[in-house]
Amino acid sequence: MTRVLVTGLGVAAPTGLGVAAHWSATLAGRVALAPISRFDASRYPVSVAGEVPGFVAREHVPGRLIPQTDHWTHLGLATAQEALDDAKIVPSDLPEYEMAVVTAASSGGTEFGQREIERLWSKGPQHVGAYQSIAWFYAATTGQISIRYGMRGPCSVVCTEQAGGLDAIAQGRRMLRDGARIVVVGGTDASLCPYGLVAQLSQGRLSTVRDPERAYLPFDVDACGHVPGEGGATLILETAESMASRGAGDPYGAVLGYAATFDPPPGSRRPPTLEKAIVGALRDAGLRPRDIDVVFADAAAVPELDRAEAAAIANVFGPYGVPVTAPKSMTGRLYAGGGTLDVVTALLALRDQVIPPTAGTVRQVPEDRIDLVGRHPRQARLRHALILARGYGGFNAALVVGDANA
Amino acid sequence: MIGERHPACGRDVVVTGLGVVAPGGIGTAAFWRLLTAGATATRTITLFDASGFRSRIAAECDFDPAASGLSPQQIRRMDRAAQFAVVAAREALADSGLHTDGLDPSRTGVAIGSAVGCTMSLEEEYVVLSDGGRQWLVDHSYGVPHLYRHMVPSTLAMEVAWEAKAEGPVALISTGCTSGIDAVAHGAQLIREGSADVVVAGATDAPISPITVACFDAIKATSPNNDDPEHASRPFDKRRDGFVLGEGAAVLVLEEAGHALRRGAEIRARIAGYAARGNAYHMTGLRPDGREMAEAITVSMAQARLNPEDIDYVNAHGSGTKQNDRHETAAFKRSLGEHAYRVPVSSIKSMIGHSLGAIGAIEVAACVLALQHQVVPPTANLSVPDPECDLDYTPRTAREARLDAVLTVGSGFGGFQSAMVLTRPGTGKGGR
Repeated sequence: MTRVLVTGLGVAAPTGLGVAAHWSATLAGRVALAPISRFDASRYPVSVAGEVPGFVAREHVPGRLIPQTDHWTHLGLATAQEALDDAKIVPSDLPEYEMAVVTAASSGGTEFGQREIERLWSKGPQHVGAYQSIAWFYAATTGQISIRYGMRGPCSVVCTEQAGGLDAIAQGRRMLRDGARIVVVGGTDASLCPYGLVAQLSQGRLSTVRDPERAYLPFDVDACGHVPGEGGATLILETAESMASRGAGDPYGAVLGYAATFDPPPGSRRPPTLEKAIVGALRDAGLRPRDIDVVFADAAAVPELDRAEAAAIANVFGPYGVPVTAPKSMTGRLYAGGGTLDVVTALLALRDQVIPPTAGTVRQVPEDRIDLVGRHPRQARLRHALILARGYGGFNAALVVGDANA
Repeated sequence: MIGERHPACGRDVVVTGLGVVAPGGIGTAAFWRLLTAGATATRTITLFDASGFRSRIAAECDFDPAASGLSPQQIRRMDRAAQFAVVAAREALADSGLHTDGLDPSRTGVAIGSAVGCTMSLEEEYVVLSDGGRQWLVDHSYGVPHLYRHMVPSTLAMEVAWEAKAEGPVALISTGCTSGIDAVAHGAQLIREGSADVVVAGATDAPISPITVACFDAIKATSPNNDDPEHASRPFDKRRDGFVLGEGAAVLVLEEAGHALRRGAEIRARIAGYAARGNAYHMTGLRPDGREMAEAITVSMAQARLNPEDIDYVNAHGSGTKQNDRHETAAFKRSLGEHAYRVPVSSIKSMIGHSLGAIGAIEVAACVLALQHQVVPPTANLSVPDPECDLDYTPRTAREARLDAVLTVGSGFGGFQSAMVLTRPGTGKGGR
């Protein structure tokens, strides 16, 4: 079976613009949540979020594309460029049909869309701009990446809310197995505009706490929902043959296993299926529970969701059987950007043999029986990491990454 | 060649059930009647007052959610696109003879495509929350409880998963106008790789609302032929002037071949090949050479182990824009060679419009029906051929023909090009 290696990373997250900034802020346990600055959110019950600091579109996006694309796509283009540079890939050197692009999308170009729909309803249909048709739709980022780099292989967009990033990596793995040599896999989100935030409120899962340090406390007795964030990450998946042919250096790691499941509807007597996803991903990786050295949790910080996740982890790994961490407590939940960012963070943890912290959580819910890595990073021997993600509505995904040489 | 490895390593995927919600009639039977009659379902927009718009025509579904069997709560929480998808999924599951209670939920998956998700509800709610576009800081106190479900298109897959009682892999695939083909292909892939035995796969879109009509107005992509809506969708005709927006859904029950055989299911068709390519050229523009679509066609035929002359019918993208019609005509010539001039081609968008992400799945459904009934649906409204489009586009009248293998293609924003080959069971074409 084709080995699926990760050879490049790119990040635009509240914890930092760029992989290095993100990783150092994450290890420092720095909570990157703050009052929303993109618009005046003070009138809304939720006003704290994670925003990408210091992002200036013209430094990362070709000038012509800036007015044609939403902030969500700007972040996607920036992370794709960093990941390709990191992998030292020159797209024009590679066969055009063997480069593929996958992104996860959660809600599309929300801010761009709100501006255009406002023009329509306040001024009339003639005032809707020509770029609405290509900026708002969920496939915009994949299309722009494909065009920017001349990547003419398969293009895909997966929408499974917060599970999307892991599902997109799995889609990229399918494309490599199908003959692609590199796949750009990205996930970003940027729904911090008034309509985007208000739509998120109706989930009933957002924290209304206004103190950024106390707003998002997964697995804590005071957990009261999560905080939204913007940004995400892009990874380059590549085959060993492709790496050898272009003389690439060591990869960050390998994608070893994956499974996705879906929960029964509310009110069903059937149990949730996250545990099955974990078991499926381990089986797919050919690993046993004891081979997993760290779990990156979905960490919804909604009490019943935290209990369900903790139970699934404890059932597979035993009580306190594996270190569990939730660095997304520092960024907020990034929806389509969350999965790829967690995988990037997990690969950096493997590289540096250190588990990043969970910020904020002080008093863990005792019946969870999970070994939560608290506010300080923990040194550990790390061979394999399991990343979990749950998308609103019942989507579950589990992905295993590990040392490429193991 | 990328893509060719597929069939060797996997399991066969067959279609055992169909459900369609389309303009001109709800249900597979009404859909096929419309297509074989060569009748058109395009008309002046009734879903909203379109009088201030450049293009005021569309192919609308005469859809009554209650009459289609949805419950009051389903109707309240679901966007029109979700309603279409669930009704089509229900028909497909019934048609397949599968009983969801007898299925293993963990081996059942869902793959739904959509280009614009729940836009219609998102827009309706926006209008209220912004008080008619007057408030940038929209008023959250007017938010409906399921607003977030409209914001994330994954809701469409969720609703179908609930209908099918699926607990295996579930996803919404959103690649613009190729979403439908790509979602069916994703479902087939889940079966082939062993992640599921049954996948409820298809696509849905309900884009006939002011914002979507306005955004196609802005780029003059849609037909302004408001005075003659029944004849406005004219793919391959010299007088064509843009596509006519449509809406609808098609859902298929895909099954691992052995699973279907063991339960004695009627096998309608086999998904024999699929490939997708990007033109990496322009978000909305197409180069006239059709190179990337041709590549997708060539790879999908190779996967099916078929040669160009084995293809008995080509279901064209045929949107009715000049650049598309020429692009795809070139792609057929490039991939099928001399056979391109002999094989019947047609565009059902001439009859039911272009329903964005949904149409790819609706066209797959049309291909399954064409194989089953051995009939090529026509291209309606084609009476003055564009001299640059010199293939046999099956003008105006359906045609009986021996169909063992058919090809369907899609082309869309982002530069995405997809091709799928379906074969008739028992013909030895495209299967092992």
